[in-house]
Amino acid sequence: MGASRSLTGETYNYKVVRQLTIMTVVWGFVGMLVGLFIAAQLAWPALNFDIAWLTYGRLRPLHTNAVIFAFGGTGLMATSLYVVQRTCQTPLFAPGLASFVFWGWQAVIVAAVITLPMGITHSKEYAELEWPIDLLITAVWVSYAIVFFGTIARRKTPHIYVANWFYGAFIITIAVLHIINNLAIPVTWTKSYSLYAGVQDAMVQWWYGHNAVGFFLTAGFLGMMYYFIPKQAERPVYSYRLSIVHFWALIFTYMWAGPHHLHYTALPDWAQSVGMVFSLILLAPSWGGMINGIMTLSGAWHKLRTDPILKFLIVSLSFYGMSTFEGPMMSIKTVNALSHYTDWTVGHVHSGALGWVGFITMGSVYYLLPRLFGRTEMHSVKAIEAHFWIATIGVVLYIAAMWIAGVTQGLMWRATNADGTLTYAFIESLKATYPYYYIRVLGGLLYLTGMGVMVWNMVMTIRAGRPVDAPVPRLDPAHA
Amino acid sequence: MEALYLLIPLSVAAIFVAAWLFLRMSDQGQFEDMDAPAWSVLHDDDRPPVAETETEMKSEADADAASPTPTVPGIQHRRSGD
Repeated sequence: MGASRSLTGETYNYKVVRQLTIMTVVWGFVGMLVGLFIAAQLAWPALNFDIAWLTYGRLRPLHTNAVIFAFGGTGLMATSLYVVQRTCQTPLFAPGLASFVFWGWQAVIVAAVITLPMGITHSKEYAELEWPIDLLITAVWVSYAIVFFGTIARRKTPHIYVANWFYGAFIITIAVLHIINNLAIPVTWTKSYSLYAGVQDAMVQWWYGHNAVGFFLTAGFLGMMYYFIPKQAERPVYSYRLSIVHFWALIFTYMWAGPHHLHYTALPDWAQSVGMVFSLILLAPSWGGMINGIMTLSGAWHKLRTDPILKFLIVSLSFYGMSTFEGPMMSIKTVNALSHYTDWTVGHVHSGALGWVGFITMGSVYYLLPRLFGRTEMHSVKAIEAHFWIATIGVVLYIAAMWIAGVTQGLMWRATNADGTLTYAFIESLKATYPYYYIRVLGGLLYLTGMGVMVWNMVMTIRAGRPVDAPVPRLDPAHA
Repeated sequence: MEALYLLIPLSVAAIFVAAWLFLRMSDQGQFEDMDAPAWSVLHDDDRPPVAETETEMKSEADADAASPTPTVPGIQHRRSGD
């Protein structure tokens, strides 16, 4: 034990964090590979080889589930279980249950990999998995909540660090969303019927869908951001007060934004307006988070020049700012009338997913991995730098291509002649946007290549290190 | 629009829970100190443990002594409890 600090004799539970962190990188690569494959299929449809399991319709949900839940979800579990232990200065509550969370979650993912290509699906977006898997997800999630909140309840530090609030809100909200949206009547092991129908189902689905964005893809990863940016920059959060204010503002506003997915549908007009207004209001607390994170570098901007991990973390916030500006804009009904059903939506999603979620996860994992394996840094810092640049170019190509394609589609679909007939046949808009599908494949290929570099770097780091569990320090009142 | 009979009460209930939680935490003093918590994560030494040899223990002690404990005027690094 270190002579210069007093320790309790316990160690943190790094084992489950290690398992989750490694699988985050693995599933990231897998999910992005499927994404690249389906992007290629949109450019070259023959790539389904006329095999049912390889058709776009079946593989797209595999891609979305893999990147959101397998990559993003495992990353949130890994980082939250690390952060909650260290900030509460106590090892994980119920380590056996924590182990079940890891193995259960991996079982959910494997079940998705098997059932989705088989065409076993609810057909509800980002909630495609059928009812037996939904039950397993519920069991895993309840266990995750018990482990996380149990650790907080046992904390040695009186104050609950802000990152834990974000993680906690994410865990609780996702539980509620998952259960409500997936309510269904099972008919066979592989088939169930949603409790809701028609536009009712659409409303529940997009209440779920947008809250999944707000609490899973935003609140959860903001929790990651509020820990790993200060740690990597060695600077405190710019304004701790702001972090608390914008947290509560986000919580109160996010759940009303869902209807912006349903503009100009059968959803009542007033509900659409509520969604639009709250989506616009959301811009403020979102940018509060972005500014807070970026300004944390105050006094340390020079570190960006030499530290690629910091590049990932800070640039992720730029994309977060972009997406949380673009989103509210697209929630305006007149803008949405152009953007809905076009590739602009796809571009928006991927600016948030590749730019914000992807980068903050990668930066955080690059911080975590060495510490989990007794190293001071990753095997190759140059490879982190290379990953950053390759991935950034990939993101920019992807979203620019989708913006152009999307606006082109929107304009062509709405163009009418003087006599009121449509100017363009659908096939003409497809011909016009084809070149951008090729560019998107290139963008995705670069992003995946970056991920491949990360896999290599992770393997080399693990091989040169050994699993270590850090000791839990004793809180000494005199220690500054 | 029957789905809203479920979603709106559910969301309002969630708002009430959130408001209750916020007020409870505020009463318990979670938001009293807006400065020290930002530094607490930085003070947490998460350098990976190294094998204990004499030179390494010495260099660890040196590193601990050398690592900048930030001194910002007006901020007191209070630790209560334990």
